This record gives sequence, C-alpha cells and structure tokens, in this order.
Amino acid sequence: MSIFVDENTRVVYQGLTGSQGRYYGLLNRDYGTKVVAGTNPRKAGTDVDGVPIFATVAEAAAATGATASCVFIPAPGVRGAVLEAAEAQMELVVVITEGVPAHDEAFLFNKLRRDHPTVRLLGPNCPGIITPGQCNIGITAGHIAKPGGPVGIVSRSGTLTYQALYELQQQGIGVTTCVGIGGDPVPGTSFIDCLAAFEADPETRAVMMIGEIGGSAEEEAAEFIAEHMTKPVAAYIAGVTAPPGKKMGHAGAIVSGGKGTAAAKMEALAAAGARVGQNPTEAGDLMVEIVAGL
Amino acid sequence: MDLFEHQGKELFARYGLPVPSGEVALSPSEAVAAATRLGLPVVVKAQVHTGGRGKAGGVKLAGDLDAVRGHASDILSLDISGHIVRRLWIEQASDIAEEYYASFTLDRSARKHLGMLSVEGGVEIETVAARDPEAIARIHIDPVDGLSRQACRQWVQAARIPEAVAEAVAGVLETLYRAYVDADADLVEVNPLIVTSADEVVLLDSKITLDGNSTFRHDDYASYDATQTRDEREQAAHAKGLQYVGLDGSVGVIANGAGLAMSTVDVVNQVGGRPANFLDIGGGANAEVMSNALEVINNDPAVRSILINIFGGITRGEEIANGIIEATGRVEIDSPIVIRLDGTNAAEGRELLEPHLSDALRMEPTMLDAARRAVELAGAGPGQDLP
Repeated sequence: MSIFVDENTRVVYQGLTGSQGRYYGLLNRDYGTKVVAGTNPRKAGTDVDGVPIFATVAEAAAATGATASCVFIPAPGVRGAVLEAAEAQMELVVVITEGVPAHDEAFLFNKLRRDHPTVRLLGPNCPGIITPGQCNIGITAGHIAKPGGPVGIVSRSGTLTYQALYELQQQGIGVTTCVGIGGDPVPGTSFIDCLAAFEADPETRAVMMIGEIGGSAEEEAAEFIAEHMTKPVAAYIAGVTAPPGKKMGHAGAIVSGGKGTAAAKMEALAAAGARVGQNPTEAGDLMVEIVAGL
Repeated sequence: MDLFEHQGKELFARYGLPVPSGEVALSPSEAVAAATRLGLPVVVKAQVHTGGRGKAGGVKLAGDLDAVRGHASDILSLDISGHIVRRLWIEQASDIAEEYYASFTLDRSARKHLGMLSVEGGVEIETVAARDPEAIARIHIDPVDGLSRQACRQWVQAARIPEAVAEAVAGVLETLYRAYVDADADLVEVNPLIVTSADEVVLLDSKITLDGNSTFRHDDYASYDATQTRDEREQAAHAKGLQYVGLDGSVGVIANGAGLAMSTVDVVNQVGGRPANFLDIGGGANAEVMSNALEVINNDPAVRSILINIFGGITRGEEIANGIIEATGRVEIDSPIVIRLDGTNAAEGRELLEPHLSDALRMEPTMLDAARRAVELAGAGPGQDLP
C-alpha cells in the first residue's frame, strides 16, 4: 500500500514539451511511472519521445485515462494550469514550479476546496511524490528510495527529503510513500493531510516528518499527532539558528515577530510524543531505532 | 521586499486613498525646498526599512524652515536599528484627533487573507494584542470572494469605529484591500489611520511588504528592488542570482537546496562554530554556479573556512565533483575548503576529487564531520567559546 499514488496512477504532464518537463517527465517514465500524456495547446498532435501531446488536460484525460497531473509550467501560468487540471477532475495535481505568488496559492487553495473538493493539490514549489518501485511524480531521484515500507515520509524541504530517503536506504529501511509538500506559504497539501493518510495506510508503520522554520504548520501537525496518530513519528526541523526576519531560501521559511521558530516547533512535536532529532542524521538514527522496535 | 513609507503612500494615492502631500528629500537643502513648496508646518520623516522610527528620533515636526533644516540634518545619517537614514519624506503636518490601526496580511494557517482593525492605533499592534486582544477586530477574507463594502461595514462596526467616520473608514478598507491584492503584497499596514478634527480619514503611515515571486506581473517592482537595503555581500550575491543571507560568523556555507543550506547553518552552530552566511545554490551544482558562490563567500573578509555541503539527487556525484574542481581552478580562494559530497554516485564523485585534495581542499564523509572540520579550520573565530 501507499498514499495518494501507486502503480496504477496514470499521469499527464502539463509542460512536458518544455525542457524541465521533458527531462523529468521522461525520467519519471524510465522509473516506471505511467506517463501517459503531455499538454501544450500549440503542439497538440505531436509527441515527446512517444508520449502523446494534447491541447488540454481534459482531452488528455479522455484519451488516456489520466487521473493525475504534474505541472512544470512557469510560475505565471500555474494558476491557470491548476484550474485546468481541476476542471478536468484530476484526483491529484502536483506542482513542481517554484516562484508562484502567494496570493495565487491562497486563491487556488480556496477555489479548489470550494469548487473541486475531490482534487488534491500538492505544492507548488515541491519535489513531488514517490511511492518507491511504483510511481515517481516530480524531481526526486528514484534510485535513492528503497521500496516497501514501513516508513512514510512527509517533508517541507526538497534536499532534506532526499537526504532522509538516502539515509534510510543506507540503513536498509524502505519507504511506502514520500511526499514533498513544498516550502511555500500556502501549500495545497499539508503535513496533517499526509499524517492522516499515513495513519490510515496499513503498510506505513512509522512516519518521518521534516519541517522548517516559519508559519505554524509543524505546531498544527504536532496537535494532530497528539490527538490522532497511533504510529510513531520521528521529526527534524531545519533553521534552528536562523536569524529572525531573514528569508532562508523558501518563501515560507522566515521567522517573524518571534513566531515560527524551530525551537517552538521542536518543543511542540516532542510534547506530542514525536522523537525529534537535532540534525538530519540524528533524525535518521531515531527512525532506525523506531523501526527496530516495531 | 519592503517599501519605504513614501513609496507605500504613493501607491495608496494611485488608488485615490487620502494621504498627506509630501516630497522626498535627500539633503537638508532639499528638505527646506520641499517644505517651502508644501507649506508649513511639516513633518520630517526618516525613510528606513524598519520600525521604531519615532522612538529613535526619526520623525520630527517643524514649524519653520530653520527647524526643517535642523531636523533634516539630525535625521540624515541617524542609525535606526542598524539602518542608516539616507532619505527623508517631508510631509504636510496633519491635525490628529484619533489614531486607528488597519492591516491586511496572509494568514497562512487559515489559508485566507486576514484584515485587522483597531481603534487603538499609533502604537505597536503587538502591544495592543498582548494587552487587550478584544481591541482588534479581525476578519478572514476568502481570496475567491474578495472583500465587499458590506463586509467592511460590519467589520468597522465590530471594531467600534465611531458612527461619524464609519462609512469613510469602510470605504478606505475596501480600497486598501484592492491595493493589497493588486500589488501582491505580503503585508499592507496603516498605523496610524487617523481621523482629523474635521472628521476626515487619512492614511498617515504605510508599511508594505511585496511578494518577490510576483515580480513578473508588476513593472513597478524593479524600482522598489533598486531601493532595497542589502549589505554588500547580499548585493553581490543578489546580482549573481544566488539565494544568500549574510550572517556574522566565520564559516562560509554553500549547500544545494534551501532546507539543506538551513540545516548546514544549524549544524555549524551545533558543533561550536558560527556560520558567515546561508547560501543555497539550488538543485544542480555546475562549475558556473559553484564559482559564483565561492567568489561571493571569498569576498567576505570574516570568512576563515568554507563548508560545501552537497547532496546529489538527480545531479550525479561526478558532475558535482567536476563543478567544484573547475570552480576552485577559476577562483583564487583565500580560505580552506571542506567538502561533504553524498547521494547519487557520491563514491564516483569523491574519487574524482581525491587527487585534488590538499590542506586547502579537504573532504569529509558526513555532514557533521565536515562541519566539525570547517569549524576547526576557522580557528579562534567568534564562535569558539560556544559549548
């Protein structure tokens, strides 16, 4: 089992004809992902290395049975691309694109919740999602993830996600699904959405959570862990020593007015019963201990 | 990206929002000329990207031109929380009867816009919130619906704004929200929003932060970007398109990915060192980007050692190793470099680096080992006395 995607997920790539879309789309296909279509209104009828290109997501879905989309469209076009995918009733829309305006993210979140409640938006500005051995949508290097579980990963940071996957693989620990929710102010999918899905997934028996400074998503996740999670959680928060008021790369990673500090997040997670590591390696070691005790 | 008060007021004025007349002045004589045109009395206001101006002596009322010259001269070059005053806003003095507070920002946990309104303006809103949270009327705005005049009226009533100015304030809020959305602002704050003794509503201050991600749809952002205050290192990195934040330690940090770069800064601190910066070179690590990063760090005189922490995902270890080798050949580096290379094809990458290793270019197997080595090489830096 897995969450959100598996070997049956059929994916249409919005922006497959662009350089990034083509590169990662074909890498995803090589991994085994069912990359069934691409879209580009000006290139409908052509193909990218055998993957047919359609004018719209709706046409691609009708012709290929795609149920998920992956967006590699540049930031100015993301709002339109996500609405198009939602109107075509995609179950999952994964937006890799970074640099999307926060107002667009807030608009999309509310628009989808109201008019397309069955659509799950992941991202923007995220590495994507991988169910190792079955389906890899996005820019995660597939071979650093060991299939099979028992660990589920949810992370706000790209490279730290890879680091976590790699450390678990080195220790011989498999992963059910690894979800990168992205580091932007209003992500489509939250920590809580993923924690709830992992809690309900019988194959996932422990969860690794990687957060960072800024906002209160980790504190909200801690509340959820305390009230609803029976499965053990190991966590790491990046940005312990970040100075207030400075944006650390991600639009969401900023400590303001004393809120959103790593210390507060770590404290909340520890109080909720999660094992909290001081650095990624320590969090990996904690997960090794947890898995050994399962 | 933060705007100066006058830039914010000029933006408000484009929406027909009531702001006092004023002019920018860069010297005492320009201040006097501006005051002459505007008519006395005027207020001389420091333009800085930080709060607490009033307390620091950065806002002064002037009743005559000698006072204008004197205040301008005092305020220019004033250091306000590390920000040196380089420009002034000379503004017609307002007759203040009441001071309110109004703002719009994005509430990340509610995933909606948040409006805050209070009759207790003129002081820091955090102070009001701590003393009497009831004194702030909050409204969550669904970005799909926007903010109607009717919703503004109810909001104004909830904030107990007096009847005489209620409709005027509601109108200002409705327009202010439109300006906030149109500008793609992270924050629009007016404190104080004043009422004059003639019951006129005026926006007496402005604090606006814009979302850098929205630059592509705003031609005016370029002019605001030009007036940002950055330290020299940040300016150089910004020009090269690098994600850089200056810190005050001696270990230069280069990593790929924001999370890993943040984590590297943390680990340097945890092993008793002090990072000189946060620098994210993004997903790849080609020679071009790596040389730019090394150059920026090398120009920081406080740097005593450099820690390169790379995790190869899609980018393979060999490509990263070649990038580092080529970059260190291109740029003359003054400080020893410690590399940690892990991830995809790390073994092959390390093998490529092996023949280039020396006292000036070292390699360590893990992030923690590399951080320890870099801190040790930074020597008796400012962080050495930390536990």
